[in-house]
Amino acid sequence: MWEYTDKVLDHFHNPRNVGLIPNPDGVGEVGSMACGDALKLTFKLGPDGRIADVKFQTFGCASAIASSSALTEMIKGMTLDEAAKVTNNDIAAFLGGLPEQKMHCSVMGREALEAAIENHRSGGKVKHLLDGKVVCTCFGVTETEIERVIRENRLHTVEEVTNYCKAGGGCGGCKGQIAEILARVAGAPPKPEEPAPPPPPRLTNIRKIQLIQETLDREVRPMLRQDGGDIELIDVDGNRVLVSLRGHCAMCRAAEFTLDGVVGPKLREFVSPDLVVVEEKV
Amino acid sequence: MKTIYLDNNATTRVAPEVVDAMMPFFCELYGNASSMHSFGGQVKRHVERAREQVAACLGADPSEIVFTSCGTESDNAALRGTCEALTGRRHHLITTRVEHLAVLSVCRHLGGHGFRVTELPVDNQGLLDLQLLEDSLSDDTAIVSIMWANNETGVLFPIEAIGEICRRKGVVFHTDAVQVAGKIPVDLSKVPVDLLSISGHKLHAPKGVGVLYVRKGTRLSPFMIGGHQEGNKRAGTENVPYIVGLGRAAELAQRYMADEATRVRDLRDRLEDGILKSCPDATLNGSRVHRIPNTSNISFHYVEGEAILLLLDQFGICASSGSACTSGSLEPSHVMRAMGVPFTAAHGSIRFSLSRYTTGDEIDAVLEHLPPIIGRLRELSPFVTSKA
Repeated sequence: MWEYTDKVLDHFHNPRNVGLIPNPDGVGEVGSMACGDALKLTFKLGPDGRIADVKFQTFGCASAIASSSALTEMIKGMTLDEAAKVTNNDIAAFLGGLPEQKMHCSVMGREALEAAIENHRSGGKVKHLLDGKVVCTCFGVTETEIERVIRENRLHTVEEVTNYCKAGGGCGGCKGQIAEILARVAGAPPKPEEPAPPPPPRLTNIRKIQLIQETLDREVRPMLRQDGGDIELIDVDGNRVLVSLRGHCAMCRAAEFTLDGVVGPKLREFVSPDLVVVEEKV
Repeated sequence: MKTIYLDNNATTRVAPEVVDAMMPFFCELYGNASSMHSFGGQVKRHVERAREQVAACLGADPSEIVFTSCGTESDNAALRGTCEALTGRRHHLITTRVEHLAVLSVCRHLGGHGFRVTELPVDNQGLLDLQLLEDSLSDDTAIVSIMWANNETGVLFPIEAIGEICRRKGVVFHTDAVQVAGKIPVDLSKVPVDLLSISGHKLHAPKGVGVLYVRKGTRLSPFMIGGHQEGNKRAGTENVPYIVGLGRAAELAQRYMADEATRVRDLRDRLEDGILKSCPDATLNGSRVHRIPNTSNISFHYVEGEAILLLLDQFGICASSGSACTSGSLEPSHVMRAMGVPFTAAHGSIRFSLSRYTTGDEIDAVLEHLPPIIGRLRELSPFVTSKA
């Protein structure tokens, strides 16, 4: 049995804005019967250019229905530019959270919204956006979509990617490719359209070392210990952080991924964005 | 709110008579059946009595009954034990695509460890082509494992005919009988099965006890080692209260067998006919004829199973679904897929499974509440309007 919040259950039992708008200004259809969930979103703009009415039809489980219902409530009254900024996280947050394995329901909501806006802006020409190379053929998920959910939700594992966009959840044949995309994207800088983070305060060297040590203790070590490994801070030279992997991690072939995919991003997030992590080989 | 429990293929209510039988073995007769003192030794008698009760229910000899911790353990022990006993000599397994994962996952695991695995397909009724089985058997085949009845659809396989084919070819035959024990008569003095698994909690005994039937003369390496219990076939101190409970449950099952075949079957048919009549675009999954009497699996096209279950839950009605969302996986059940049930139907499949405790009033309640639920979800579904 899934742990659904009261808000999810409320939107499932009493879905808002069900149906189809005749002669809509935008239609977005995503998902399919085969995928196990599908959403058709229609909206009508008011004279002020804001979304005056929006309705949905959803085939899917409780969280798919609740995500669709929540989305319609959220975007009513928004301009299309405002609506285009709604992320799957916003939908999940509106519902008080979704079970991890059901996050793809919120992603489906965001995709349908995007498709509907696209449809409107193309004058009704574009029906469905499938952008980039298809990675997961079972569920028809593209590389672009996978990269996007990784970035927007700060995903680190293949399992998380599957939870968020279903890729890899069918035959599993594309899991290797997803891991490659993860390795490539996880350390990449945020997308340019996102507001740039405020410049970090200048750190004294002592404070920087302190922060690095704290971040390793809090964010990294517990994760490595689960796999029987450990990490030690050797030295900090300017923006170069010299570490050494211990235990299982020292012998692990995925160590490079651990450094580039986990340690680096954590240190850049919590300490300073210009840090480079280097492994000291014993 | 009263619970209307129609999920008896998942687990059953423990019979009060079974609880009564178990109670003395917690605080009073708590000794170890293997002990040398009479306080412990007296317990042994009760374990042996339970063995006789189970054997009588199966038409077996008590010496052929091995108590385990659950049906899954029995399946693991049968498959791994047989393969180990035949190591280096036979390298081929045969099973079906619709087996419970307790069998299918073990076969696939062995498939990665030097065994070749044949998974027999089923037709759209969920039935096997026995010619394919015959054609797949060879001198290299170590074991054939085919379930007696399917847990999702209730479809019965012709175990007697399958057993005869295997015997003719000299291949060990295991059957997962978890869903038939207590529902239809099983007589192993007539049916040529070498190994058979049973789970206690599917026949009104508690969870945590099972049986592996091992026909005399069957070669089997023990799965659990580290003790002489169960004739060296399954190490570990006997779970005395649960074994006693299972013995009593087996005895009761024989008594209620006629009830299953008549009253429970009639209730199931009334439920099924009522649903198929009152809900448009609802179809039965699996053979209507070759079925255990308590199970009905119905697909409601264009709606999703988890949503149906959650709305039924509001009325205290418990059932289960083969949809992707209920399992935490992303694809509908492997049984539905093996039967070629279209996606429009597989995601909306609901299993109702009855028991001796199911009443006519409960069936009426489901027939009252279900059609509006399906209607409501269809109003939400984009596939219904696009179809109209």
